Amino acid sequence: MRPLILTLKKDPDRRIDLSGLVPENLQGRSEKAIARLPLDLSQDPLEVGDIFRLRMGDPMSLRFEGASERFDFVGAGMASGEIILDGPVGAQAGRLMRGGRLHIRGDVGPCAASRLAGGFLEIDGDAGDNLGGPLPGEMAGMSGGVVIVRGDVGPRAGHRLRRGLLVVEGKSGKEAGSRMIAGTLVLRGRLTGAPGPLMRRGTIVLIDGDCLAPPMFADCGSHRLVAASLLASELERLGLGFARKLRRPLRRLAGDMSVSGKGEIWLA
Amino acid sequence: MRDMSVKGIMVENSFAEAFDMRATALIITADSAEWARQAATAMTGFATSVIGCGVEGGIDRELAGTETPDGRPGVRVLLFAVSTSELQKQVLTRVGQCVLTSVGSACYGAIESEEKLKLGAALRYFGDGWQISKKFGGRHYWRIPVMDGEFVCEAVIGMTKAAVGGGNLIIMGAHPRNVLKAAEAAARRIDAAHDVIMPFPGGIVRSGSKVGSKYKTLVASTNDAYCPTLKGAAKSKLGAEIGCVLEIVIDGLSAEAVGGAMRAGLAAIIRLGPEKGALRVSAGNYGGKLGRHHFHLRELLP
Repeated sequence: MRPLILTLKKDPDRRIDLSGLVPENLQGRSEKAIARLPLDLSQDPLEVGDIFRLRMGDPMSLRFEGASERFDFVGAGMASGEIILDGPVGAQAGRLMRGGRLHIRGDVGPCAASRLAGGFLEIDGDAGDNLGGPLPGEMAGMSGGVVIVRGDVGPRAGHRLRRGLLVVEGKSGKEAGSRMIAGTLVLRGRLTGAPGPLMRRGTIVLIDGDCLAPPMFADCGSHRLVAASLLASELERLGLGFARKLRRPLRRLAGDMSVSGKGEIWLA
Repeated sequence: MRDMSVKGIMVENSFAEAFDMRATALIITADSAEWARQAATAMTGFATSVIGCGVEGGIDRELAGTETPDGRPGVRVLLFAVSTSELQKQVLTRVGQCVLTSVGSACYGAIESEEKLKLGAALRYFGDGWQISKKFGGRHYWRIPVMDGEFVCEAVIGMTKAAVGGGNLIIMGAHPRNVLKAAEAAARRIDAAHDVIMPFPGGIVRSGSKVGSKYKTLVASTNDAYCPTLKGAAKSKLGAEIGCVLEIVIDGLSAEAVGGAMRAGLAAIIRLGPEKGALRVSAGNYGGKLGRHHFHLRELLP
């Protein structure tokens, strides 16, 4: 069945909230009902029909043709189905996502994948600060699922990561994997500063990566780890060819010793 | 229906009576096929009969690196028990003592099922706080630091209640040497089948048992009707021409797997012929009232 297509008619004149435009929320709604969904909480809210031209199809497969950096909460809370979006988007894309597949063919703003709990988020461009992290007042970041960023990411990618797999193919900003609780953060490109400050548990994988040796990590030596092969298989399944480097011996750093010291950095 | 003669071998009009069992399958990997086999052999040792061992187990087949989760050579092992609690106990004891301890080993579940048994979820405590949980591709693993690196095992593994235990072939002939040849030929063919094991040494058992005993403390005792040295003395089922009897016992993950293995074994015995191998083939049962799976030999003929 063909997808439901939303084509951008004009850039919105304000920031808009796209969390209502997720597959499970559109099922059973008519074209007219979808066009009347509000996109912000102002007294005179913009509606879907003001911004998008609709071509009806299966709402479990949503396509956005055109996007704007004023699009916030793209795919937020989605639990099933698929959203593909062309162009850049704003803050908190994929926040609280529980399932399904969200593919953004462009850059995303800060706090993308914030507290994502399941599903698959793919970002073809760059991502802003605090990728996968919690918002102020929240205790933990991403708690499941898979996130792949093809471009660069800002500071604190994987902040308070609790579970799940987060892959960055480009460069990472400072303090990647800060205060990690568990989970796996794979960083392929160059890093700014030392990764994993105050991480308690979890794994940061640096592909080709040497890093500024974090001061509170212990060098456990070089090892060929079965767990690295299992991660390699999963990354290969996701189409990430660089994963083969995990099948070789890698250097393991344990830390951050200033907290529990049960976390680790793999230098592959 | 009467017994049938197939290419000179008498196939009795009998059936194997088999029972529902609980079973699980594990993949054991190591840096080499030899060390994967070492761990699997140790784990499935002393696992011939639920009567005395708590579990029946064996190696299903060897796996290439392309067939295992971590890309290393491995072995698929099957374990069968009469209850979930006994199977759970035996899996933990055997993996904990025989696989965790084996050089370079790792252990994973090898059947998908809603029913689960704990594996790493219980063994992880050996890590004394240094164990690490990892979830990749929807599967949950535990990494336990050991002296040669890490022991990796899956947190939980699948268990099936559709398993069948007690498929069997009773192979009879004049000379022990020929009967053994026929039994070995059958065991080789069955060994190549998937999802089945033969829990006895080399896949062959020479001490078939009957239910009960004249001694009150024993639940099973020698099958005197098939002991050639008791012909004439006990109520024997053996004719004058029979001088030796061997049995093959088969457990499988499904009734189809057990039936298929019996068919393959029977074909191998018949192919060997009466001159080099067996003169007569039968199957053991308890009158058909105890086990709900009946494998009739006449339906399994090649």
